[in-house]
Amino acid sequence: MSRLTERFAERMAAKSSALVTYLVAGDPTPEVTVPAMHALARAGSDVIELGIPFSDPEAEGADIQAGCERALMHKVRLLDVLDMVVAFRKQDARTAVVLMGYLNSVEAMGQQRFADAAAEAGVDGVILVNLPPEEADELRQALASRGVDLIFLLAPTTTDERAQHILARASGFVYYVSLKGPTGSANLDVEGVRKRLDQLRTMTALPLAVGFGIRDGVTARAVAGFADGVVVGSALVRRMGELAAEPAAIPAAAAAFAAELRAAMDAA
Amino acid sequence: MSREEVMSREQTQQSNLEAAAGMVSFADYNFPDERGHFGRFGGRFVAETLTHALDDLDRVYRTLKADPAFQRRIDRDLAEFVGRPSPLYLAERMTRELGGAKIYLKREDLNHTGAHKVNNTIGQALLAQHMGKRRIIAETGAGQHGVASATVAARLGMECVVYMGAEDVERQSLNVYRMKLLGARVVPVQSGSRTLKDALNEAMRDWVTNVDDTHYIIGTVAGPHPYPALVRDFQAVIGRETREQCLVAEGRLPDVLVACVGGGSNALGLFHPFIRDAGVRMVGVEAGGDGLATGRHAAPLCAGVPGVLHGNRTYLMEDEDGQIISTHSISAGLDYPGVGPEHAFLKDLGRAEYVAVTDDEALRAFHHLTRTEGIMPALETSHAIAWVMEHAPKMDSEQIIVVNLSGRGDKDILTVARHDGIEL
Ligand SMILES: Cc1ncc(COP(=O)(O)O)c(C=O)c1O
Repeated sequence: MSRLTERFAERMAAKSSALVTYLVAGDPTPEVTVPAMHALARAGSDVIELGIPFSDPEAEGADIQAGCERALMHKVRLLDVLDMVVAFRKQDARTAVVLMGYLNSVEAMGQQRFADAAAEAGVDGVILVNLPPEEADELRQALASRGVDLIFLLAPTTTDERAQHILARASGFVYYVSLKGPTGSANLDVEGVRKRLDQLRTMTALPLAVGFGIRDGVTARAVAGFADGVVVGSALVRRMGELAAEPAAIPAAAAAFAAELRAAMDAA
Repeated sequence: MSREEVMSREQTQQSNLEAAAGMVSFADYNFPDERGHFGRFGGRFVAETLTHALDDLDRVYRTLKADPAFQRRIDRDLAEFVGRPSPLYLAERMTRELGGAKIYLKREDLNHTGAHKVNNTIGQALLAQHMGKRRIIAETGAGQHGVASATVAARLGMECVVYMGAEDVERQSLNVYRMKLLGARVVPVQSGSRTLKDALNEAMRDWVTNVDDTHYIIGTVAGPHPYPALVRDFQAVIGRETREQCLVAEGRLPDVLVACVGGGSNALGLFHPFIRDAGVRMVGVEAGGDGLATGRHAAPLCAGVPGVLHGNRTYLMEDEDGQIISTHSISAGLDYPGVGPEHAFLKDLGRAEYVAVTDDEALRAFHHLTRTEGIMPALETSHAIAWVMEHAPKMDSEQIIVVNLSGRGDKDILTVARHDGIEL
């Protein structure tokens, strides 16, 4: 069983949900990332999404754009991001790590080379926001041959027919985008998301994680009531950005936030 | 396999395909395919939320394209609101002074709002209206596409929001005010390099949020499928008219077509109806900025590599890590690190050639055309004129060049004055 499958299965067996946290690799400085990942894991994050900083993050709201810009000031490269995963894995063989970014970063490295390097670093899954399944066959196979999942997103605008097409190619888990908007938007419709997830469950056995618009214990708890995973990104990246001037304080702050989310979810 | 290997393998497959389809003659040129591919370029690389809207747009466009009533409506608007057909003007004095090929200017500068951009916004606004959208968004660099969008929105009574890089807001202040007068809201974009590419990112974010009631009018032949094909079709009126006008005036087709290339819409509008005429040479002129060797330019076809940005695969200016690098051009409308995927395809096929002209050469061409013909071109357009100034003298007097005079220069007067050290 893959790490992703195990982490979700564990929480689901305990009638709870997995906590998926997102941070941008190298934000606000490269030294912070690995300690912050350990802090998040210790505070109960089951899956860590590590953002590959990109110059043109067109699906990202203001918080994650700012995180990318902070990381790029340090010229963080995809190779550096992979090194961070290697460093993280030296002490943590349990927490699942998913790289999240844009196709151009992967293409610049070469798809097969990326698949090999990601697998060797200990990456469990990859999400590329602007790579739809129609264009993904080659990368999906390259990753699959190395045991890495290519994770697809479903949106509120995805039709049933298309969802079926995507789910037939999905692995690891399914990322349901809870709202129309870039990351960090604030108009989460919990009831609507619950209904859609109920429908999706009839189409797939994969764990369903919900992201976009979850920003605190209250929203995390609401979503944890019916989703297998709760993804929190912008709210964490914003907190890290606020501490950019005192990076040493970031791991503890990240842990405190993750613990708050975890506690709220476990009470769901 | 590295990216270069993947690309060269795909390229081989592509040329086999073309050979099999008899494409070498270009007589059967018919792109893109169903999913928006021009060979290895184009496609649709967007966040899942937008797929549905793009499918809708594609379906509606295909239906309306085949609908004679819709075509009549566009033709009427182009005639009565835009003022088409635009003249094909023989630049006699310029021809004489340069002493070579006969130079014709396709006068898109005479269109309502002063550039070719309105050909596309007229068509897309009618599409938006047909789809029941009440709100229009657009990105703009030089402001010409923003003005053309604000204009059609005012005419149809639609809300309009225009995203513009903060740097462009400063250097194209006249157009910013024009958009406001037309009732549009202009949003300065502060992220990234604060130019056209960042305006596009921000427009995509707006569209993802408001996709139910909003149509995004992309201003050039780039973006996710179906935009590159759709914008090309709306701009192809330029080439269709040119063809007829040249046959009437000269009894034959031109030898060379020249146009500046930012995203590539005025160039493709002129080129497309001639692609199957293998004897017609096509030259796209990119922004060479301070010179290709300096790295400070906006010439992805001349000096870029294939990559994926803004929904399509095309030539891009990027570093070895795939980060998009800042571009530079004196003309805001060419200051973009990508280019429409069909140009990338035509380059690889060898059907069109792409060159670069520097800021200084473009400025010289601006003054030259203004003084010899009494026509003040946009700085974007001046890049195409600069190519003509260099190459017309080397051609013989029987030969015909048609330059797409994509827009007028009024918007650039402050930039030119500043460059010439004059305080207005
Ligand atoms: C007059 C003029 N020409 C050319 C361009 C470049 O765009 P495209 O390459 O799509 O024609 C612009 C863009 O703003 C423009 O205003």
